[in-house]
Amino acid sequence: MSTATIKKIKKALTGNEAGAEAMRQIDPDVAAVFPITPQTELMHAFAAFVADGKVGTELVTVESEHSAMSATVGAAAAGARAMTATSANGLALMWEIVNICSAMRLPVVMPVINRAISGPLNIHCDHSDMMGSRDTGWIQIFSENSQEEYDNIIQAVRIAENPNVLLPVMVGSDGFIISHALETVEIYEDAEVKEFVGEYTPDRTLLNTGKPMTYGPLDLQDYYMEHKMAEHNAIHNAGKVILEIGKEFGKKFGTEYGFFDTYKMEDAEYAIICIGSTAGTTRVVVDKMRAEGKKVGLIKIRVFRPFPFKELAEAVKNLKGLAVLDRADTFGGRGGPLYIEMKSALSDVKEKPVTRNFIYGLGGRDINTTDIETIYNQIEETVKTGKGAESFSYFGVRGDV
Amino acid sequence: MAKLKDLAEMPERLSGGHRLCAGCGASIAVRQILRGTQDDVVVGCATGCLEVATTIYPYTAWEVPFIHNAFENSAATVTGAEAAYQALQRKGKIPAGKKIKFVAFGGDGGTYDIGLQSLSGALERGHDFVYVCYDNEAYMNTGIQRSSATPYGASTSTVPAGVCSFGKPQQRKDLAMIAAAHHIPYVAQGTIAHWNDLLMKAEKAFNTPGPAFLLVLAPCPRGWIFPIEKTVEIAKEAVDSCFWPLYEIEHGVFKLNKKVPDAKKVPMVEWLKKQKRFKHLFQEGCEKYLENIQVQVDEEWARYNRMNGEKIF
Ligand SMILES: Cc1ncc(C[n+]2csc(CCOP(=O)(O)OP(=O)(O)O)c2C)c(N)n1
Repeated sequence: MSTATIKKIKKALTGNEAGAEAMRQIDPDVAAVFPITPQTELMHAFAAFVADGKVGTELVTVESEHSAMSATVGAAAAGARAMTATSANGLALMWEIVNICSAMRLPVVMPVINRAISGPLNIHCDHSDMMGSRDTGWIQIFSENSQEEYDNIIQAVRIAENPNVLLPVMVGSDGFIISHALETVEIYEDAEVKEFVGEYTPDRTLLNTGKPMTYGPLDLQDYYMEHKMAEHNAIHNAGKVILEIGKEFGKKFGTEYGFFDTYKMEDAEYAIICIGSTAGTTRVVVDKMRAEGKKVGLIKIRVFRPFPFKELAEAVKNLKGLAVLDRADTFGGRGGPLYIEMKSALSDVKEKPVTRNFIYGLGGRDINTTDIETIYNQIEETVKTGKGAESFSYFGVRGDV
Repeated sequence: MAKLKDLAEMPERLSGGHRLCAGCGASIAVRQILRGTQDDVVVGCATGCLEVATTIYPYTAWEVPFIHNAFENSAATVTGAEAAYQALQRKGKIPAGKKIKFVAFGGDGGTYDIGLQSLSGALERGHDFVYVCYDNEAYMNTGIQRSSATPYGASTSTVPAGVCSFGKPQQRKDLAMIAAAHHIPYVAQGTIAHWNDLLMKAEKAFNTPGPAFLLVLAPCPRGWIFPIEKTVEIAKEAVDSCFWPLYEIEHGVFKLNKKVPDAKKVPMVEWLKKQKRFKHLFQEGCEKYLENIQVQVDEEWARYNRMNGEKIF
């Protein structure tokens, strides 16, 4: 069906409500729920759909996130389309099983409403939760706003269940900034979304008692590495599928999705690369600075795992300066996680921009347009003076308090 | 209850050739319990001896669908699969008439300790499944460390007997009572030696809608230190000494399945003597620990007798 005929219903929704809408339309067979701020309202909204019979989902009201992921794994192995959602400490608690889920090649989809990992305890946005499970073999997709959260969750089902992928997907959305902010979201008709996600008919399941399978065996020195390599290959090959599905989604619903999004990059000399809602703030600044004659641009990461290193190196190689914004630290590594990836991506190109890493916004510390402008000015200054080149530091802190 | 002959002819659901030790109680428990239903079963298992010895890739001893997820989440995993079954059947994705039973196994470490929360959640939510704890009274897979199922006075790798230690200083946790406190329809305690009792309990557990919990004493020759041919005898004497009463709690009503008249009660020292994990208690100066054990068992036995026939939950 062409874009023109697709009906879109404009609704004022928070990110959590948009996430719940996507889940309602997907109608997963099983969803395991456990509250944690700022994910809580997503599951409230979804539980209301269950209570009102709007979905046929079996809701498993577990006693912890560890059990949420465990039950999700059990359900997915039994052939169900299974989902859960969480934030921060919840993701940390389920971390053990997060790894097992991907190793079992179960196509689970999990919205993660990004929040700072304790400690100290903090309920606000940063990306330390998902970055902490960066290497778990899950596909990681980030959203800039509620619309993207909704669109990404829908696409995630298709990506995860693709027979060439069969990997779980986490869809990140900034806690509070997206999850609790009311925005206009275009919702597609139920039938269209259902047609897009399709039926899930796995060829192996626990419930196929006529063909018994053993899931999760002990896997020793003689096979473990082959299985890990299969996982490695699957996530690297997933990139192709992510792009295909992003295109197909665009054809059907009007917005095409790729690995990342660029804004005014064509002739840009200085750019910011960032993840999540900060991209929206940055776009405003790009427009303002462009009007003042500054050649600035923006790259917003959508897919962090698999990391599109070749495409990104290509996208930034002609810049004079690149400011990499990280909403998480690696404590002892060479800057934030995105910076480390970008440095590694750039190691493949000869001519490369001067780079600088800004670790910002931890625990929900606000980042505004003035801050972004300061960062653009700082990277320009760095290019001109060489001061701060290839360095990483915290942005917007008072020092010791 | 099925006839012994029919039971013997039932296809094995856990086949031979696995790598559990000779004399292991766990596989006996599994094979007996899986004879408790003729329906299809899906089995889940916690990390532990049973899992590691039956599923060494690329081999599996399981003739039925099997899932191992991790150490502490066998209950959550299996109830997730059960939830999938409910949903898929409701949505017509699997035939309405297809009956599948769900059973989760865990050792005492995976059940009394690290998996207690997951078990409690699953029991409270009321899934239609059976949880079986094969209780060998320690973490055997990792080298015989104490668990909260380890009895008072037993020597283990983490609480070995020594100059300043008589073994484990705490009494074991009463897990079946904890399970029963969830107001689930069926809880029972059995052993691998009392096969007819265990089979009856397994059948009830499978046939009772909602959660059922079975606690099965499964002696471990390596950990308890006795000759491998004595597994059944040791389990039998655990009951005859009243250390391990056979009981059921059906809809909250407690029933002792085997009365042991005082005259026939095997003194605890007789049972302890056969297991080298208690050897140190027979040294001079340890008499008081042996006395304590007998007092504990007598008190517990009296308590069970008082509860007999009562609605306790
Ligand atoms: C989270 C976690 N902690 C520790 C372990 C190591 N571990 C594996 S099996 C096991 C002991 C299992 O004991 P039990 O449940 O009593 O079963 P048994 O081995 O006696 O059959 C331990 C400690 C683990 N696999 N996972």
